[in-house]
Amino acid sequence: MSQVRIPAALIALAGLGLLFFLLPLAGLIVRAPWDQAVAGITAPETVTALGLSLFCSVAATGIALVLGIPLAVVLSRNTGNLRGVMRALTTLPMVLPPVVGGVALLLAFGRRGLVGSLLDQAFGIQIPFTTAAAVMAETFVAMPFLVIAVEGGLRSLDPRYEEAARALGAKGWMVFARVTLPLLRPAIFSGAVLCWARALGEFGATITFAGNFPGRTQTVPIAVYVALETRPDSAIVLSLILLAVSVAILVGMRDRWLGAL
Amino acid sequence: MLLVVAVPLAACSPSLNGCSWQGNCTEPRDTTIFAAASLFPAFTNIGSQFQANEVKARGRVVTRLRFIGAGTQMLTAQIQQGAHADVFASADTAHMATLEDAGMLSGPARTFAHNKLEIAVAKGNPKHVQTLADLSRAGLVVVLADPSVPAGKYAQQALSKARVTVRPASLELQVTSVLSKIALGEADAGIVYVSDVTSNAKVSGVTIPDEQNVIADYPIAILKSATNTTAAQAFVDLVLSPDGQAILKAAGFQGA
Repeated sequence: MSQVRIPAALIALAGLGLLFFLLPLAGLIVRAPWDQAVAGITAPETVTALGLSLFCSVAATGIALVLGIPLAVVLSRNTGNLRGVMRALTTLPMVLPPVVGGVALLLAFGRRGLVGSLLDQAFGIQIPFTTAAAVMAETFVAMPFLVIAVEGGLRSLDPRYEEAARALGAKGWMVFARVTLPLLRPAIFSGAVLCWARALGEFGATITFAGNFPGRTQTVPIAVYVALETRPDSAIVLSLILLAVSVAILVGMRDRWLGAL
Repeated sequence: MLLVVAVPLAACSPSLNGCSWQGNCTEPRDTTIFAAASLFPAFTNIGSQFQANEVKARGRVVTRLRFIGAGTQMLTAQIQQGAHADVFASADTAHMATLEDAGMLSGPARTFAHNKLEIAVAKGNPKHVQTLADLSRAGLVVVLADPSVPAGKYAQQALSKARVTVRPASLELQVTSVLSKIALGEADAGIVYVSDVTSNAKVSGVTIPDEQNVIADYPIAILKSATNTTAAQAFVDLVLSPDGQAILKAAGFQGA
């Protein structure tokens, strides 16, 4: 097979594009206060933000798994207009500016919100400014990534496996748990990792819905934003940590979807 | 989060205003003003006045004012990182001094207004907040500005003067976010500027006595990087003029 020649102009533009991605990363790495990096990572405020970010992003991914896989199943089995509407609703948070998502969450789950006011009156539960709010904001923004990945997996699934299971007498739930889920494992895994990474980086919806308080709602991205002014060195160190996590994800998943992407 | 407002222009149509390629261009020139979030309502009005003056004197709009409003700390960081601005109006002297020390001002900064703190509560004060000490009451959702924001720094000073310890629900990144959380009903009380309460119809203010209060000084300066120094100077002059001072007072500020 002969190699198709790529026009030089395309190569030049591609190089520019690559450089555009590369330079900010280089900036972070070059300007990083490496001598203070260890002190920066172990500083109490950094540890607090990291711990909270880890907790919130894992919790958000957990919720996304519990709600997102069934949602993907329903989406993949439905046809027609309803599916289109549901699919649009599910993917909306991916294209919605996160700050708008945060405002929407406030208007739904805030003290005066549609659901929030009922929660407040009935149980005295107030969601905004709590860690739960940070988890909800991250789930709202990140879950679509999981749903899309799992739905894609479901649609490329060979239906004969499920048919065979049913022919052998397995009931709906049994087929799902013993046949569908195991076959979906790669899609669920890559969807969960993408979802987790998106949750880890969430800023706009979190700051709007959950506010900013160290140890409660100040996740790493918000800590970076706050520190940029007062402690620029720790902002860079925190950014480096997020960068390292992102690179680790890419490297770790290279066999699963980097090659196929 | 930034608020950007270009003052609406009267009768400005690119095809009709004679902007030719030879350069005899009558297209309005941009002048960028970085202003502390708390100044936004007052500066928008001063901008309208500026435009009206220009139309009166020159017969048309010569300058297009672009206001960028955000927390003073964020604006300072942006200017330090090379963001273009002609004029900077800060909510404290510390951040202005940072830029002065960095040699980024074209001349000395001038104080053009003062602001005091006030407790902001929902309209009508349903939770009956009377003093700073009430902010430590259990069950009251209090939101402050982050200590890196001038309003947050001042709030801390006022609270320590009053010997009150507050457990805030959130430390917002600009004073206007404190205000919006109260206006939305998500927080019961917060510490903001008197001018913030004046400019927001959805909140009420509870006065903080002078002995506990903090006076915020607002300095304004033209930056060395300014590209439209004439218009920048004209804007600063207007802010300091009786007209500008009247607008600031109407917005809840104290004059220079």
